[in-house]
Amino acid sequence: MLTEALARRADRSDTRTDSPLLSVRDLRTNLLKPASFSLSAGECIAVRGPSGGGKTLLLRAIADLDPNEGLVCLDGRDRSAMSGPKWRRLVGYLPAQPGWWADTVGEHFTDWTTALPVARELGLPDEAKDWPIARLSTGERLRLALIRALMVGPKVLLLDEPTAALDTVSVKAAESLIGARVRAGLAVVWVTHDMEQATRVAVRRLFVSGGQVQEEEVTECPAISR
Amino acid sequence: MSSYISLSYWQLAATSVFVLIDAALSVLFGLRVHRSLLFAAVRMVVQLALIGAVLTTLFSLVSPLWTGLAALVMVLFAGHEAAWRQERRLSGGWSYGLGTGSMMMSSVVVTVFALLTALQPNPWYDPRYAIPLLGMILGNCMTGVGLGLNTLTTSLVSRRPGVEAQLVLGASRQAATAPVTRGALRSALMPVINSMAATGVVSLPGMMTGQILGGVPPAEAVKYQILVMFLIAGGTGLGAVTAVLGGVYRLTDARHRLRLDRLTIPRAA
Repeated sequence: MLTEALARRADRSDTRTDSPLLSVRDLRTNLLKPASFSLSAGECIAVRGPSGGGKTLLLRAIADLDPNEGLVCLDGRDRSAMSGPKWRRLVGYLPAQPGWWADTVGEHFTDWTTALPVARELGLPDEAKDWPIARLSTGERLRLALIRALMVGPKVLLLDEPTAALDTVSVKAAESLIGARVRAGLAVVWVTHDMEQATRVAVRRLFVSGGQVQEEEVTECPAISR
Repeated sequence: MSSYISLSYWQLAATSVFVLIDAALSVLFGLRVHRSLLFAAVRMVVQLALIGAVLTTLFSLVSPLWTGLAALVMVLFAGHEAAWRQERRLSGGWSYGLGTGSMMMSSVVVTVFALLTALQPNPWYDPRYAIPLLGMILGNCMTGVGLGLNTLTTSLVSRRPGVEAQLVLGASRQAATAPVTRGALRSALMPVINSMAATGVVSLPGMMTGQILGGVPPAEAVKYQILVMFLIAGGTGLGAVTAVLGGVYRLTDARHRLRLDRLTIPRAA
């Protein structure tokens, strides 16, 4: 019994050292077919596929926003062992059309001053705090929502077309910001339509179509990941 | 006490001429409501005649069983009415169950409270007091519960991105739905607040005018009206809170997800 327990412990510590940060096994919903993949800390994986293929559904299922089945673990810890809110603070999700619940930008941040450096990096002025949400452009909304998601301090970030409505300068700023976070250990699942962006930001690629998730074979070298 | 003027059937029939005038106007202006207008008038007469007969029997029986049964039927009808008014309903019997359950709980609690404390008829379940009181409380409670649930479901649908944005940032389902919950409760309580504020200035409540026509001194009728208003406010508040919080509970789940899949598709208007 004792040796068995010791062996199990040794086994567990073993898997912890080389286990991936995020592991997804047989994740499925009523529309998504069983999906399995894993992601290490400091890794970015791109997700491509036709519209309506299930890319957003995959991210929502990982974030546990829709009813789903399967095993999802972070750092070897089972998602079902922690509460939904706790999981979502560790695994952040940025939807393609971010939502707002108050009237001004500042009300959506617990502390705007800590968000300021990131906001500046993304080309937003300090007084953006007082901007009314109704007057924001799509690009401004996306950038602010990205900052908001990063402020929570997640270990994994699920991005759904985070640069879709941005101009080239802002795209570059957002890519380098996320790239820096990835180098610091953040794991990212990045949905993008843009093939060039996919090769720029990620080494690995998933292809989602008809609810089926498959990993693509990739040979080229990416620019911002290590 | 009985200083009221009894109406003859001929007098009633003569007054119905106003409904016929309405119908004639409908024909004249092509409003196409004369059919439903006449049908509604006939329906009202039949329903009231029936309820008159039922109440006469009920009042002569003074039986807890029959009084309770009448109250139950009233609550079930109110539940049906409140559920029917919903644009989007909770699926699988929850809409009817939640509305009916919360109305039953609140209106019965408030009615029994009034019967045991303020009115104290003998016996306390005397249908002459219990049934009209329950009817008035239930009618208002139904409006409040119906409005509260309707506001909750429609604004959860329209404000879904905002609610989910909070969930995504790690908010609990209570925190993420709090603004919507508050709005639903506010709209449920608005009619009661408005009617209390307007009573006596803009409107003379039907119950009070009825009592005055029945020969009760105005000062006494006013006291009854105040009592009824307080009971209505209490019943509506209690019922709306139960229904709206129950709705929030049902439209979210233990994993703190928003579950709008538990709503039916809105009916075509």
